[in-house]
Parts: sequence; structure tokens; C-alpha cells
Amino acid sequence: MLGFLARRLALAALTVLAVVTITFALVHLAPGEPMLGNAERMRADSATIARQRARFGLDRPIATQFAFYLANLARGELGESFVRHRPVALVLGEALPNTLLLGAVALAASFLLGVAIGSVQAARRGTWVDGVLSIGSLACYSTPSFWLGLVLLLVFGQQLGWLPVAGMTDPAAPEHVGPLGRALDVLRHLLLPAATLALVNAGAIARFERGALVDALGAEFVRTARAKGLSPAAVLVKHAGRSALAPVLTLAGLSVPALLTGSVLVESVFGWPGMGRVTYEAIFARDYNVVTAAAMIAGILVALGSLLADLAVARADPRQRPDA
Amino acid sequence: MTGSATPATPATPPGREARVPLLELRDLRVTFPVAGGVARAVDGLDLLVEAGETVGLVGESGCGKSVTALAILRLVGPDGHIAHGSSVRLEGRDLLALPGKEMRAVRGNHVALVFQEPLSALNPVLRIGAQIAEAVRAHESVTRATARWRAIEMLTMVGLPEAERRARQYPHQLSGGMRQRVMIAMALVCRPKLLIADEPTTALDVTIQAEILELLAELQRKLGMAVLLITHNLGLVAETTQRVAVMYGGQIVEEAATEALFARAAHPYTEGLLAAVPRLDEPRERLRVIPGQVPPATSWPAGCRFHPRCPYAWERCRTEAPPLLEAAPGHRARCWLVEEPARRTRADAPPGEKP
Repeated sequence: MLGFLARRLALAALTVLAVVTITFALVHLAPGEPMLGNAERMRADSATIARQRARFGLDRPIATQFAFYLANLARGELGESFVRHRPVALVLGEALPNTLLLGAVALAASFLLGVAIGSVQAARRGTWVDGVLSIGSLACYSTPSFWLGLVLLLVFGQQLGWLPVAGMTDPAAPEHVGPLGRALDVLRHLLLPAATLALVNAGAIARFERGALVDALGAEFVRTARAKGLSPAAVLVKHAGRSALAPVLTLAGLSVPALLTGSVLVESVFGWPGMGRVTYEAIFARDYNVVTAAAMIAGILVALGSLLADLAVARADPRQRPDA
Repeated sequence: MTGSATPATPATPPGREARVPLLELRDLRVTFPVAGGVARAVDGLDLLVEAGETVGLVGESGCGKSVTALAILRLVGPDGHIAHGSSVRLEGRDLLALPGKEMRAVRGNHVALVFQEPLSALNPVLRIGAQIAEAVRAHESVTRATARWRAIEMLTMVGLPEAERRARQYPHQLSGGMRQRVMIAMALVCRPKLLIADEPTTALDVTIQAEILELLAELQRKLGMAVLLITHNLGLVAETTQRVAVMYGGQIVEEAATEALFARAAHPYTEGLLAAVPRLDEPRERLRVIPGQVPPATSWPAGCRFHPRCPYAWERCRTEAPPLLEAAPGHRARCWLVEEPARRTRADAPPGEKP
């Protein structure tokens, strides 16, 4: 087990290094330059810009820049944001917990919702219930997240006015609400962006769960379970559900990247102060250091996600344990 | 059907007329929708199993044996359909009329099933102890600890070494023979009155087969249950059963005490099956086989279902379907030869032909 973990972590480190290299190359080779954004140009003359470029080492060859970047990275230095003039670690450090909160809630909600919908479909397969849910989950799955986000925002934020339309907290909230009040405030703000991400992902998970469950329901061990005299619910949940869990957990792990890219758009729509929005802004400002660090963190999250999914799969299916 | 025929009712051994049989199947019909029609997998099957006895249900693959086993517990769904007019009675109680909940109380409790392939019949992601304990808790209100203890006790009874440790293992960690012992333990943990064993040893090595059969016989003596042994293996039937029913085309074609059947098969199909068994005491150049194949269940031949493969078949067999006819007391065959035995000697062809 320890050997397995060590191998997986080494592999993850290599993956993250590759992500850093590729992102670094892409942002530097992409057209456009930092310091030439509108705000910068209006305020600074060319001499100032040249000074700034020299200060960040942007006038050196790209290989040299990359060597410096890696050397800094090895010391735990992520550099400075060109636009915000603050350390990248601070910029992303503020945003990361917000993204993790949004992503974790969305992932958990989409998993529960997807498994629930898929189970109902499998139990009622071939009926109109199955058909309606099938269309519903396909619609969710094929809807672009930013569009779904806008629709939810219009309906629940604008028309009905039930939920806040942007941000993570209410700036007008009274000071004395206390920790519980603040948590509820964040929850209210979290609901729409999390629902947007969760619905899109739940569509995929539901379709997968339905398929895995229908396969499992046709298995011989399910017939054995019925022959034992178990109730249909026990057969579905305990026998078919347990064996359908492993593939669905794998899918949930694989959906971490989709959630992260989805959050770039959804955070922008809802003004959620997370990594996605920071990255989005950094890409347009050609804020190299922020983009590269954000990609690296995303790489780490994806690697961790798939490692956690593999551990969960091993937990769910004894045949897939590394020591089995 | 002709007037001279005496369609026999399913066997009631002499002297037992007053008693209700343990299991009584009458006119059991099971259909499956298939591409291009309806497969009549079981098509008017009558069968009796008395308490405590061992009955063999024999036939080629595709003859409807396994579907019969599943139909007894109403497990042919969602595709299979047990036709109206079929009757499955357990100690006189009509199982086909039971509401779902009462039917579940029968499954695994009064009637239990052992399947052919224990690796796929056991849930791969649950510990074997838990899978057995679950059967106990489905039928008896006992604590988890008691159910677990019962599971370990049963595993010990079926001869699984280190039962307590094994109970915590998963099916893939056991050998094939051990897995079948686990299946048997799971089936018997609630002390059923009837055990249906569907090809219980087919997936096992020959040496293990003998062990499992011995175990089944021993447990039957200890627990006093009846066994319906479903198999294509006549050797198995000869060793373990008291009565045999031979199945062909979704129906019983011959039924007799095991000794009587092996001594004097009345149905040409049974003759063919017996001739296809390799024997050491008779010199024979090559094994005989029954020519042709089991016809598809979507279109049984008219008349006798075996006539296209039968060496004795004559005009009557092609048009009239024979009922089960009494060849001797307690020995019935679905064959016109019972009425016209002279035809048997007239046929030059022996049962079966050389391949």
C-alpha cells in the first residue's frame, strides 16, 4: 500500500512538472504581452515598460526565464503578479479556499444527485420515469455551464430575487451577525454557482450510474441476492449499488478537471472570488506567473482527485486493491 | 390425444396419496420474448418432489432445466413470463399467487438455490461471511452478531477450514471448490425444505466435484431437506438421486425411479442420453450421439417434439403430441412407443447413430 502511494505520488509530481512546463511555454509563446494591457499603457511610457520587463526578467531568453522560474519554484517561490503587484502565493492563497469550497460542494452534490437519479432510473428502467430522467440528465450534461449559470442567475437571482446574484458575501451585511450568520450568508451565495456546476456534472454521473447499475442488475450475483429473499431495495442498493460504485467513483474522480475548468466560467458569471476568476483575469492580462501557478495548482488538484478516487475505488472493490 | 392413451398425473409414490407433496409443478409454462417471436422455454411441465427425496432433472443445455429452477422461485423476470394456468405449489401453497413479500419469505428460507458458477454467483465486493449472514437476517429477526455466528457455524459445517478467518474474505480470495462450499452454506443457512442445485459441480475440477457431491449428500442426511438436482450429467444422477425426470423441449419426457430408468429407458431420448455416456464395462468403438440439435424454443416441432431426432419416429409422432404415458408403475414416458411397443423392435436403427 505504501509502495503504491509512493509510486502514485511520484507520478503525480512528474505530471505536475509537465503541466508547469507546458503552461509556461504556452503563455510565453502565446500572442500578446504583459505590461501592455490597457491600464498599463495609459499610465506608463515605453521606458517604464522596458524597466518593468527587465525587472521581471521578461527580456531574457525563454529558456533562461524557465530555469529561473524552476529555481524559484524549488524554493517555494511562485513569483509576483505583474498586474496586482503582489506575490502570486498570496493572490492564489486567498482564492484557493473559495474554489475548494465551491468545487467540493459541487462534486459532493453532483455525486449524490447523479447516483440518486441513476438509481431511480435503473430501478424503473424502461418506464416513463426512466425516460424523463434520461432526457433531463442528458440536457444537464449537454448544457454549457456558463449558460446554465446565467439562466439560474436570471431566474432565482433576478426574477424571483430569492438568492444573491454575485460575490461570496453580502457587503451590506450587519457586523454583528456572528459566525453562524456569516456561514449562512456564504451558503446563500454558494447555492447558485454550486448548483450550476453540480447539475452539469450530475448529468454525466447519472447516465453512468444508470448504465453501471443496469449492468450490475443483470449479474448473476444479483440473482443470488434475489434468491436469498432480499427485498428489491436491498438488492438494488446493497448488491447492485455496491458493485456499481467503483466505476462511478472513478468517474467522479475524473470529473475534477471538468469541475475546475467549469469553475473558471461559473466563477466569472457569479463573481465568485476563486481561482477560476483569478485565472481568467490573469490569462487576459498575460499575467504569466499567476497563470502558470494556477495551472500548477489545478494539476495538483487533478492528480489528488484521481488518487483519492483510486483509493475510494479500492475501498469499494476489494479486487482492485493494490495488495489484493 | 387419443382415447386409448392414459395420460398419467405426476408421480405420487404408492402409499403416499393422502400426503401433500413438498413441491408440485403442474403445467408450468415460461415464455421469453425474443427477436422473431416467443421462446417457450418451459412448456407444460409437471414435476413432483417429495419431502426429503433427491430428484434429478436431466436434459441437454437449452431444454429449460435452469428456467424451471428459477421459475419455482419466480426469478425469471424481468423478461421471463410465467404463463397463466401454471401452478407451483410448495406444501400445497400456490407460490405463483403469493404477494411479493410472502414470496420473498419463501426464497432462501424454504426453497434455496445453488448456482453453477460460484464465482459470478457470489457478490465480488462483499465479504462471504456478510453474504451468508444477510440471508439469515432476511428471514429471521436476529442480531448482527447472531447472524454472523450462524454464518461461521454454517461455513464450518460445509467444511471450510478456518471458517472464522475465511468469513472475512472476499470470493476472489477463495478457490473454486471453497466458493461452491460458500454457496451451499449460503443456501442452507436457513435450513430450507428444498434445495435446488443447478449444475452445482459443472464449473469444478473432477476431484472437487466428488467432494461437493459428498458434502451435499451428507448435509441432506443431517438437515433432512429434499434436493432437486439439475444436471446434464447422467453419472451424477445415477449416484445421487432416487428419482429422475428427463426434460426435452420444455417438457418432462420421462420420469421414473433412478434404477428403473437406467435399467429400462422408455423414451428414445433417454435411450440416446444413456448411449452417449461412456461406459467402461461395455466395449464400444465410438461414443454414440443423438443426431441433430435441440430445436429452438420459438418453434417446437409439431407432434412429438423429439420426432425429428428419433430413430423410431413414424407418422403418428409427426402429427400427434404424446402425453406422459404409464410404461410401468411409477414409470412414465411421453412417447407413443408405450402404446405401440411393437414399433420399437421394428425399427432397424438403434437409438442414436454413429457420428
